[in-house]
Amino acid sequence: MTPPIVSADIAVVGAGPAGLAAAVAAAESGATVVLVDAGAQPGGQFWRHRPETVVPVPDGQGHHGWKSYLDLRARFDAARHQGLITYLPGLQVWMAQQNQPAQGDDAGFTLRTTPTVAEAASDRSAAGARTVVARRLVLCTGGYDRQLPVPGWDLPGVMAAGGIQAFIKANGILPGKRFVIAGTGPFLLPVAANIAEAGGKVLAVLESSSPTTWLPHLRAAAGVPEKALEGAEYAAVFARHRIPYRTRSIVTEVLGSGSLGADHASGVRTAKVDADGSVRPGTERVYEDVDVVGFGWGFTPQMELPLSFGVETRLDTDGSLVGVVDERQQSSVPGLYLAGEVTGVGGATLAVLEGLAAGTAAAGGSALPQKTAASEKTTARHRRFAEAMHRAHPVPPAWQDWLTPETTVCRCEEVTAGEITEARESLGARDARSLKSFTRAGMGWCQGRVCGFASACLGAGPGASPTAESLSSAAKRPLAAPVGIGELAALDADYEDPTNSLLKGDRA
Amino acid sequence: MNQGSDVLVIGAGVIGAATAYFAARQGLSVTVIDKGLPASGTSSACEGNILVSDKELGPELELTRYSLGVWHQDLGEHKKLWEFESKGGIIVASRESSLASLNRVMAVQTGYGVAVEELDQDALREAEPHISREALGGASYSEDCQVQPMLVAAHLVRLATEAGARFLADTPVTGFLRSGSSSSGSSRSGSSSSGSAANGGRVTGVKTPRGDFFADAVVNCTGTWAGELAALAGVSVPVLPRRGFVMVTEPLPPMVHHKVYAAEYIDNVGSSDAGLQGSPVVEGTPSGTILIGSTRERVGFDRTVSTDALSLLARNSTALFPFLKHVKAIRHYHGFRPYCPDHLPVIGHDERAPGLWHAAGHEGAGIGLSAGTGKLLAQALLGQTPDLDLSPFAPARFGELPASEPAHHSTSPQSAEHREEATA
Repeated sequence: MTPPIVSADIAVVGAGPAGLAAAVAAAESGATVVLVDAGAQPGGQFWRHRPETVVPVPDGQGHHGWKSYLDLRARFDAARHQGLITYLPGLQVWMAQQNQPAQGDDAGFTLRTTPTVAEAASDRSAAGARTVVARRLVLCTGGYDRQLPVPGWDLPGVMAAGGIQAFIKANGILPGKRFVIAGTGPFLLPVAANIAEAGGKVLAVLESSSPTTWLPHLRAAAGVPEKALEGAEYAAVFARHRIPYRTRSIVTEVLGSGSLGADHASGVRTAKVDADGSVRPGTERVYEDVDVVGFGWGFTPQMELPLSFGVETRLDTDGSLVGVVDERQQSSVPGLYLAGEVTGVGGATLAVLEGLAAGTAAAGGSALPQKTAASEKTTARHRRFAEAMHRAHPVPPAWQDWLTPETTVCRCEEVTAGEITEARESLGARDARSLKSFTRAGMGWCQGRVCGFASACLGAGPGASPTAESLSSAAKRPLAAPVGIGELAALDADYEDPTNSLLKGDRA
Repeated sequence: MNQGSDVLVIGAGVIGAATAYFAARQGLSVTVIDKGLPASGTSSACEGNILVSDKELGPELELTRYSLGVWHQDLGEHKKLWEFESKGGIIVASRESSLASLNRVMAVQTGYGVAVEELDQDALREAEPHISREALGGASYSEDCQVQPMLVAAHLVRLATEAGARFLADTPVTGFLRSGSSSSGSSRSGSSSSGSAANGGRVTGVKTPRGDFFADAVVNCTGTWAGELAALAGVSVPVLPRRGFVMVTEPLPPMVHHKVYAAEYIDNVGSSDAGLQGSPVVEGTPSGTILIGSTRERVGFDRTVSTDALSLLARNSTALFPFLKHVKAIRHYHGFRPYCPDHLPVIGHDERAPGLWHAAGHEGAGIGLSAGTGKLLAQALLGQTPDLDLSPFAPARFGELPASEPAHHSTSPQSAEHREEATA
């Protein structure tokens, strides 16, 4: 049984800030839109909220830009009622392809989808794959927390900082009681604030960078006053809940002995670092009775779908591999648009602006000239701000020195830093691809989504940054999501289920 | 500026790595160059098969059996480095007709000394408890083995360098150096050569962006790209790509214990059909994932992912192991088997371009055949008589020798097929 085909002028993948904006802008330009999203309801990771079946009117507490969400959501709902947007939640795209051009070069795109595991279980109406066919494609697949391995990070109780926030937003409860949040970047602040406001105890926020690194970038930061307001809000929350914010500090080890037993995080060892991330001897300190440790080292854009089309890419200021787009958000592949974090990590406000531009351009429309000029200026301001953030919060070059040979780097396949160093030095594995071939790092369930960046760094060697080619080899995933072999078999109309044929007797 | 060596191996895939290893161990000075990193071509896009069960009787089976001996003896001490597993292969027949063919094949193979044992329905189910209930019987091949092919190539290169060889990555060949040609002033050509005038003299080395490399013998181990490289030397070696997809499942507890494939697989291996063919090859790996092959199609170097191929793999493998229907695929990969029109590899000295040697075109059997190929070629490079006659694999069998010399192996059916391939 082949999946039913849904077709429209424009397909949008992802219903976060960029995707919602793209779908709305395209529909308001008169195009028909199919919006495919892995989540059960619109919002993505940034505007993740309690199930609307449980809380029909979310109040947006703990959210930023909630007004912007409500505005987009109202326009989205209106376009759905007009029949301009077909919304397909609970589906993951496992493969995206350009159609063979029968006539001209405008053959369009096909998306193959599979039900998201959780959605398939919870919402039967979302179950059932669809094949989406569209003339233009807008990819707004977002990003996820970038992780760096450290001894003990594979213990239960260690989470991505964004994972903690998503847990709170989706469930309205906390994943633990006593938290340490560590890494770098402004995102650590809202995570700690969310925890504190939800009743959790944040023992410390450890920032590897230092506020003085801000000084050269003040101008760019001042260009976005609303961010300063956000910062002031966090300062107030931190003061109210007495959350220590320690700069030039890192977690050197997650400890696993204590009241929760050796197989769960129970504390952290920390240290002060120099500007390059080198640990300062004699600055060690231990936090005890910690049950959740959250790490965030910036974000990794989710690039498998753009890469499957072979789009032109570049290394962004934060070291991430991102897609190259023109001023209309079009990639190097005609008809394929990118918006949001996949064009450079820059936060929700920028993602919405890019999504609006991509949706409008994909629909072939053009917004009013003065409106375009204004939004282009805003976009430029936010890009400068994002770049200033990236420069102020780099991944410390010396981070590889924090590892011991026994530290697990790839958690799925349990590959250690020592094994990776050995493969680099004796087998010549200098990129993520050969490291994967020789050590299995990145070959497990998550297919390198978690360890890909770290593995590419380790392939480049101590203190070095990975090349775009190496990051690209870590991010290429010929299946963009796991897909059932039974589903693949059923792509052929004549497929007969072998488990059914038993009932029919021998067909020989 | 680069020193000359006795042997220059082009290509650090499994064939080039094995050739370099055995040549270096024989005391030859060896340089290995690759356009990328070790094992970045077909060696990294296959299943790591060392199969006896699917081989055509004749030179291919003889080379396979010889190579198997090399894997176990010469390379036996290194088995752990590349996850060598003597897991055994099982061919399954699900129809009376294919069972009858399988029995005929088994009888002939036994005559040639292949270790094969008939499995009735009960024995088959005991060996593979999750096999389809439609399976009627099978054949068990205890000699079939598996390795992790990327590790084989990388470790053989490493071991070769420990034996004195030199390895350079990111060094693509842009042309050949010939004796008598202007760019080659320091030819170390030793032996007299005949019939070399047509292409500008003896091959004495290669040009690369990193400078010139001189060698008494230049060995073309570039797999699927061997034809392109040979063309730079002005000779035709018709190695063509035959694309294959392999699908990988989520990690599972052990469910498939051998290399299991369907009786029709043997027919497809030897076929020259250009269209998409598929026959199930299913096997577990030490990491818990299950590899599902195989498809064969001649589409050139097309890297477009084919949902038809994936769907075919899924249908064929679920017919063999119905439980797979409920398992998820987490990735897939594809590679390009280097194949020759007569399905035999090209191994040996190319008398059309003296100084140039080839070891390529092993199609889907390159991993298994690499050990034997490397050892035999090293013997030939030293001027010894190889343990196994290499003449069936001679490059000159494809003709296009200088007009004065007749091609000793050229027959009209082969050239006809060659033309067909070239236009496919």
